[in-house]
Amino acid sequence: MKKTDSNYSRRSFLKVTSLSGGGMMLGISWFASAKPEDSLAELNIEPVWQEVTSFIKIASDNSIKIFSPNPEFGQNVMTSLPMLIAEELDVDWKQVEVEQGNYDPKAFPRQFTGGSQGIRMAWKQLRTVGSAARQMILTAASQAWNLPVTELTTANGMVTHAFSGKSETYGTFATAAAKLPVPKDIVLKGNQSFRLIGTPQKNVVAPKIAQGKPLFGMDYREAGMLIAMTERPPAFGMRLKSFDATAAKKMPGIVDIFPIQVFKDDHKFAGFDTRSFNEVIAVLGKSTWDVMNARKKIKAVWEVAPERKEMGVNNRETTVPSGLESTTKHYAQMLEMSKKPGVIERKDGDPEKAFADAKHVIERTYTAPFLAHNIMEPTNTFAHYVGDKVRFVAPIQIPDWIMPSIVARLGIPKENISIELVRMGGGFGRRAYGHYMIEAALISKQANAPVKLIYSREDDVSAGIYRPSYQLTYRAAFDENKKLIAFHAKGGGVPESPLHANRFPAGAIDNYLAESFVIPSNITIGAFRAPRSNFNAAAEQSFLDEISEYMSKDPIAFRLELLQRAKDNPVGKTNDYDASRYMGVLELVREKSGWGKLENAGKKRGVSAYFCHNSYAAQVIDLQVKGDQVTVELVTTALDCGVVVNPEGAKNMAEGAAIDGIGNALFGQLTLTDGKTDQRNFDTYRMIRHNEAPKKIDVHFVKNEIDPTGLGEPPFPPIFGAMANALYQATGKRFYQQPFQPQLKG
Amino acid sequence: MIKKYSVRINKKVHQVEADENMPLLWVLRDILGMEGTKYGCGVGSCGACTVHLNGNAVRSCQLPISSLTGMEITTIEGLSAKGDHPVQKAWLDVDVAQCGYCQSGQIMSAAALLKSTPNPTEEEIENFMTGNICRCGTYTRIKKAIQLAALKS
Repeated sequence: MKKTDSNYSRRSFLKVTSLSGGGMMLGISWFASAKPEDSLAELNIEPVWQEVTSFIKIASDNSIKIFSPNPEFGQNVMTSLPMLIAEELDVDWKQVEVEQGNYDPKAFPRQFTGGSQGIRMAWKQLRTVGSAARQMILTAASQAWNLPVTELTTANGMVTHAFSGKSETYGTFATAAAKLPVPKDIVLKGNQSFRLIGTPQKNVVAPKIAQGKPLFGMDYREAGMLIAMTERPPAFGMRLKSFDATAAKKMPGIVDIFPIQVFKDDHKFAGFDTRSFNEVIAVLGKSTWDVMNARKKIKAVWEVAPERKEMGVNNRETTVPSGLESTTKHYAQMLEMSKKPGVIERKDGDPEKAFADAKHVIERTYTAPFLAHNIMEPTNTFAHYVGDKVRFVAPIQIPDWIMPSIVARLGIPKENISIELVRMGGGFGRRAYGHYMIEAALISKQANAPVKLIYSREDDVSAGIYRPSYQLTYRAAFDENKKLIAFHAKGGGVPESPLHANRFPAGAIDNYLAESFVIPSNITIGAFRAPRSNFNAAAEQSFLDEISEYMSKDPIAFRLELLQRAKDNPVGKTNDYDASRYMGVLELVREKSGWGKLENAGKKRGVSAYFCHNSYAAQVIDLQVKGDQVTVELVTTALDCGVVVNPEGAKNMAEGAAIDGIGNALFGQLTLTDGKTDQRNFDTYRMIRHNEAPKKIDVHFVKNEIDPTGLGEPPFPPIFGAMANALYQATGKRFYQQPFQPQLKG
Repeated sequence: MIKKYSVRINKKVHQVEADENMPLLWVLRDILGMEGTKYGCGVGSCGACTVHLNGNAVRSCQLPISSLTGMEITTIEGLSAKGDHPVQKAWLDVDVAQCGYCQSGQIMSAAALLKSTPNPTEEEIENFMTGNICRCGTYTRIKKAIQLAALKS
């Protein structure tokens, strides 16, 4: 047993409440009096919490309910977060019922799904909650039995006095425990004492999913609810000029049609206030089918929007250009920019001289299109605006980030806004942008009715918030002995650069230069599973493969050699990664895939490794190519995400990342012609399907005692590189342009 | 045109008034309040809305209500009384789901496959299930669950 960090226990404060029917309820709060030096940034907790509600409810009959604070979109936090509490609480996992907590920042310090941070941030926090409750129950039992607390033990929701043979349930003591002060010093288990953490546990919601229960926002309904959809310009760069809804309003089941303005003209944009179109036409009706049909009858006139300025919350102004953009032009623009000097992001040594002195230079340019999120459950939200209050039932990844914008747009205090969090049918970053909640509230307010706003699949694909289109040009300089002497990365995109200047191989090469450029655009972009990394890994890991071949080095040995340098004698002061952990996943994937073993000599295989979101992943892909058909025989994944809380869920996540990554690498693309997306639904947007999935996926975790560092995103980026490198082995052709599969034809 | 229809769903007859072209998907979801059948694309390309029509897997977004007279429809709600169809049980054993949104459709397709082909080969599973998209990437687990259900039923 070890004590929590003193800083942590000093600033944490748990509050307990009696349940009306007997039993206890334990919540968490944080001292408002925390000193400035007790920076809460690390825990991402706001410093002021006045009230509490519950994480744990223990009833007199020993039934135990644990609330999962974070929004769930398939990352399985509804199982793994409550496991952290149950571990320290010392209850039998089978007796725990899990419930999704609603949006309540006073009760739940961090309701945030994104950045692979859920488990990492909750690791100590939620265990502290569980441990405090356990200690209070022990104290209550000690008082009831008149026995010293040191003689009592807990397990499976029972308190036991071994000496006398007394044993009672937690429920017996819950009411008394609820009247006790919360302990000041909270003791957490050492990792070796875990009974639940590290054991494979099944998704607690799986039985409901398998029965098709209405878990999702799309499934929500209540009496009097209307269905709303929105009609928007047919192309990026356009806006509404006028419309005539006379015919549409006469369609069966239609209640009303009116325009809404998502953000006010003077809105100060926060980072996640992105929306594709600010003025849309809302169509309300009794059923989805009625609304879909009426949309077709609206006679709208659209016009090319002029250049506009958007003011950020930081008072920084962004210019959104005018024009109807096309993918072919974006690619030409990026290529042109790649030939000009960029903004220098990092420079080590004297790269210019090294390149001038080089005996040989390899230069390659990698390009990728926009990607649509294609969340299987299309965007939706229920809103009911009554008086000056609004109630949402919303699939939203980060409610805290859209709240200020809802407040600003509706002009009501945040106390008047409630959000019931529902399971999300996928997110991948798309549901971090909550503009649809504002849209639903505005429609409900004007219609004076409860409203469920639904996007059609076409709306979701053609008016998305996409993974940007990117480009990276790498140059490597070699001396007469084919020794790598300099490395140059120039990255840019529409409209952001993918470059992470301080990531590997920065730190491993004496002469290093990283430059970036951006191309302004009116195409809306945003976070997409492992933002920027999902492209960097593809480009960088393909390039390292190609230069290792030029140097006649094994691709894993070459990476390890660079990492050894970064570990022993790093170049520069700021290198974002831990070279040892990077090496660890490469060594594990080498071992588990039998890399370089004679029996695998004939296999067409590629390797890749990447670091992002605090964790490390390496993959080896074995595949075969016949014509334009790719068959992935095996994916071997090695991951270092620290302690694995739920190996079953973690494996599922890593398997999914491999399939999702292979699909996007082979087929994924969202292209534009004159501002209009060429893909509008799954008949034109190519998704990976059953027959294209790998035949087998093996997932291996580096075993260590590092506190969890995150898992949702890290196994996604490197798979693109492993795919490109394996395809090269199978076809003799390097792949510089995503998606890869169309290049296999002919 | 709005008409009255009598449809047999999960062994029960329902009377509904709907536009003759309204797809079964929206009859289920918006009129009958049976939300297990999911909307994914509306063009028959993703399989999220899969139901059984006379025992065969079909996309309910492509079936107008006017075409269903005399047909026997089964939705995920009617696949088993207690969620204990061999496919549903296998889904839990293999812990298939991530977000779960596509899974009703996957399960309905898998159940129809096993009815017509009790012991499918890997290739038969892949080909039959190809119409059901999962963005989370649970395909390998779905295949494993179908194989397990075949073994146990």
